[in-house]
Amino acid sequence: MLQFISRRLFLLIPVMIGIVFITFGIVRAIPGNPCVTMLGERATPEKCQLFMERFGLNEHWIIQFGRYLGNMALGDFGTSIKFSRPVVDIIAERLPLTIELTLCAMIFSTLFGVLLGVVSALKRNSLIDTLTMILANIGVSMPVFWLGLILAYVFALLLKDTPFYIPPSGRFSAGMTLMSLSKYWGLTDISGFPKFALSFISNLLLPNAIITGNWTAVKDGLWHLILPSIAVGTIPMAVIARMTRSSLLEVLGLDYIRTARAKGLIERLVISKHAMRNAMIPIVTIIGIETGSLLSGAVLTETVFALPGVGTQLIGAILARDYPVVQGFTLVIAMIFVLANLLVDLSYAYLDPRIRVD
Amino acid sequence: MTKMADLDSTKSNLYQRQSPGKESLRRLFRHRSAQVGMVILFFLIIIAIFAPVIAPYDPIKILKEAKRRDTPCVHILGCDESKTEHIMGIDGNSRDLFSRVIFGSRLSLQIGLATISFAIIIGGIIGALAGYIGGWVDTLLMRIMDVLMAFPSLLLAIAIVTVLGTGLINALLAIGIVSIPRFARLVRASVLSTKELDYVAASRALGASPMRLLFIRILPNSITPLIVQGTLGIATAILDAAALSFLGLGAEPPRPEWGLMLGEEKNSVFNAPHLLIFPGIAIMLTVLSFNLVGDGLRDALDPRLRGKPVS
Repeated sequence: MLQFISRRLFLLIPVMIGIVFITFGIVRAIPGNPCVTMLGERATPEKCQLFMERFGLNEHWIIQFGRYLGNMALGDFGTSIKFSRPVVDIIAERLPLTIELTLCAMIFSTLFGVLLGVVSALKRNSLIDTLTMILANIGVSMPVFWLGLILAYVFALLLKDTPFYIPPSGRFSAGMTLMSLSKYWGLTDISGFPKFALSFISNLLLPNAIITGNWTAVKDGLWHLILPSIAVGTIPMAVIARMTRSSLLEVLGLDYIRTARAKGLIERLVISKHAMRNAMIPIVTIIGIETGSLLSGAVLTETVFALPGVGTQLIGAILARDYPVVQGFTLVIAMIFVLANLLVDLSYAYLDPRIRVD
Repeated sequence: MTKMADLDSTKSNLYQRQSPGKESLRRLFRHRSAQVGMVILFFLIIIAIFAPVIAPYDPIKILKEAKRRDTPCVHILGCDESKTEHIMGIDGNSRDLFSRVIFGSRLSLQIGLATISFAIIIGGIIGALAGYIGGWVDTLLMRIMDVLMAFPSLLLAIAIVTVLGTGLINALLAIGIVSIPRFARLVRASVLSTKELDYVAASRALGASPMRLLFIRILPNSITPLIVQGTLGIATAILDAAALSFLGLGAEPPRPEWGLMLGEEKNSVFNAPHLLIFPGIAIMLTVLSFNLVGDGLRDALDPRLRGKPVS
């Protein structure tokens, strides 16, 4: 198992370098003078000279790439042109919310997707099955952002004065914030990785609440995450439900299931212990693949629900031509996606012992 | 009646084997979800072709006499006869929403077809080269495809739009590029599995040129999976294009693009929800139709399912 993990990690290196190369290439590929595109109206010949020297743009691109790679490895993502702040700081501020949203959506989609899929497979061709599959087909065809808007309309306007009201925008109700951990512990003079880690953790709901005991903010934050999570999770849920159904149906037709039934095992155990174990492998694959759609969905949905996450910042940066921010965020999201797929690969090895051998 | 039909079909199975193409078509037309998909798609195509006839107004003309974000008014549903009829209401720029939604169908179908044709051609060439030549060419091309697939596709498209600049054509190019790896892998796999087969060796022994081997002998084998993946890919491409336009990175106003229409009115959820409901349903139906037809094609073209009853 250890060998398997290390081989997978080793295979990750070329992909990671490729990702860095592409994000590096994004800025290099912009037509025209990078100084003029980045500084815009503020670009004067003197300023340009300084700019080119500061970012090392006068050198050969291989040297530039090497330096970029080195900086990335050290956690230096450059400085935002618009905000004149290190990109890492912006990531530490914005990424936690996007991760929370993605995780909540993932939990929602996996839970309900597997449940619906299992029910459909067990009650094959029943009314529930047909309805689930129709809904799954509609689910995969809906634009995430549109579903978000419709959910906001239903739960925030139509159900306004009922107990089912759910807030349609923002991360918290007015006047509520998360307490910064560096303030909580009085650590103001830290820098580098500890600062990033501290800022990152203090922007995550649960760790923050555990440390500061601020449970009301957590409740409020999770309440605000309900609608976005449903919006982001619906497409993956539909995909997972379909995959669960077909995968379970296939497994249920195999001989060993008949054997299990023939030896008198109760149906619940046949399904949970025998069938699901094998059916899980394609389901886990699809969950891994859907991480990409969850992350993209989170980016899209943040703009609908006015959530201050990676998505809103990324779109703002693109429109403002703040390329270091675009680079940094693209890189981080791609890394998360790659790591999620690594986790999926590792969970195969756990679910299917045959994979560990070869 | 059904019995007779059953008898007929068994008879034809017994006495005259249908060609695989005919059999697949027959299976496709009997596939229930494909039937639904094809009906929706048929109507969409009709609407797109006859958009100028169906739409009562010019989709980009500002109607001076209409009230901005006015609710839908349909006379048969009890709307006051004195008001002008606007089936889906008026949008934020005093344009007839129905006409815009109708014209949007043209754009979305074109977007889907254009991006996927581009991706299939480029991806097909890359996959064919990688599979046929093999060696370092294969390794290099496929590692590049791996890296492209390491990004969530919509985010990579967003990053590419950053480079190319916003606009519909650039957005389409971006979506086309991110769809390439899928088709490249598919064609490569199919080339790899066929190039060592006896009939290819026979053709080579007869002196066929590499080009002839590749295009006449090997590549036709990938057409079936390409049709399935292409149809499903169109659905994704339409969704992604709508998303880019929604974010303001794709189609520019006043173009009647469904995603853009949603993006322009995203803040009117509470005061004019009709402006969001109709374009969204239009996107959903279009994507749904391609998804259903794609699923149907997959089942119909799967040789393992041939001769079995359709679900």
